[in-house]
Amino acid sequence: MSDRPPLVLRLIRGFGRFWWDFLVGDTPELFVAALVIIGVIALLSERGHFNTAAIVVLPVFATLALAASLVRAVRLSRRK
Amino acid sequence: MFVATSVSSGTFVLVGAVFLASCVEMVEALTIVLAVGHTRGWRSAFEGTGAALLVLTALVAAFGPALVHVPLSVLRLVVGGVLLIFGMQWLRKSILRASGLKAKHDEDAIYEESVATLRAAGSTPGRDRIAFVMAFKGVFLEGLEVVILVITLGTSAHQLGLASVVAAVAVVLVALCGVVVAKQLSSVPENLLKMSVGVLLVTYGTFWTGEGLKVRWPGGDSMLLGLAAIYAVVTWLFVLSLRRETSAQTQRTNA
Repeated sequence: MSDRPPLVLRLIRGFGRFWWDFLVGDTPELFVAALVIIGVIALLSERGHFNTAAIVVLPVFATLALAASLVRAVRLSRRK
Repeated sequence: MFVATSVSSGTFVLVGAVFLASCVEMVEALTIVLAVGHTRGWRSAFEGTGAALLVLTALVAAFGPALVHVPLSVLRLVVGGVLLIFGMQWLRKSILRASGLKAKHDEDAIYEESVATLRAAGSTPGRDRIAFVMAFKGVFLEGLEVVILVITLGTSAHQLGLASVVAAVAVVLVALCGVVVAKQLSSVPENLLKMSVGVLLVTYGTFWTGEGLKVRWPGGDSMLLGLAAIYAVVTWLFVLSLRRETSAQTQRTNA
């Protein structure tokens, strides 16, 4: 008898692992940042002047998220 | 003139993103296929590649049309979020590589590593299963990212057919290049391609996240070009700043 889990279970695990690596991987901060950006824009949509604010906030937040992730990468490389 | 005015900015960015992303991923896949072919023979390498391409095509055919039934605003929000994350990951990696903080993707090293693995595996009687599986895995895993981009970009822009054709053209072009250059894939400016794709993916990610949340972009689709320009400049500034940081750190270490 093999100890390997059934094929369906292995496929589900593989599918889950693929999406985890694809979206989170070694940069969880970018995943969280994207969720924050979506949340902020969704909240802004409840306020006035939503459109103008969103047009500015979206690219600015994406740039800030990238900058934060780069700073993290530089710190990690210094530690090595 | 007609072509220039009838092709929208959205189509232009879509074609660019799918074509460049497909080229980058297929160069990585081709490296493995060439290693398999040179080491274990071309038959199994071609069979593995063909089987992987068939499965990938089936995935696009199955999931692409199905996604059309999802409400457009929901689809664009989810796709926008995914592209934003994926694009930022690509940009981050290519910026770190361009500034010397991360080793560049070395196709020669990957080729040598694959050859060593295949030689160590020994021969199998009958069909060469090891060679088939290695070629299949190489093409399938690299191609899966292309499939996700084709499906997400294609369905959200209502241009799944165009996105599929562009990806197929990229695959054929890279394969032809592979035949011509044999194994000199290290000369492909992969990081520059990856950086360009990163800029385009973040651009689309920003645009569709906004569209999914009912943001009305000034100029409509034309804003894609504006966003791409902004992100290109930001990327360039990040590379410059990190290069300065890296050289200052090297000087401090040497002093």
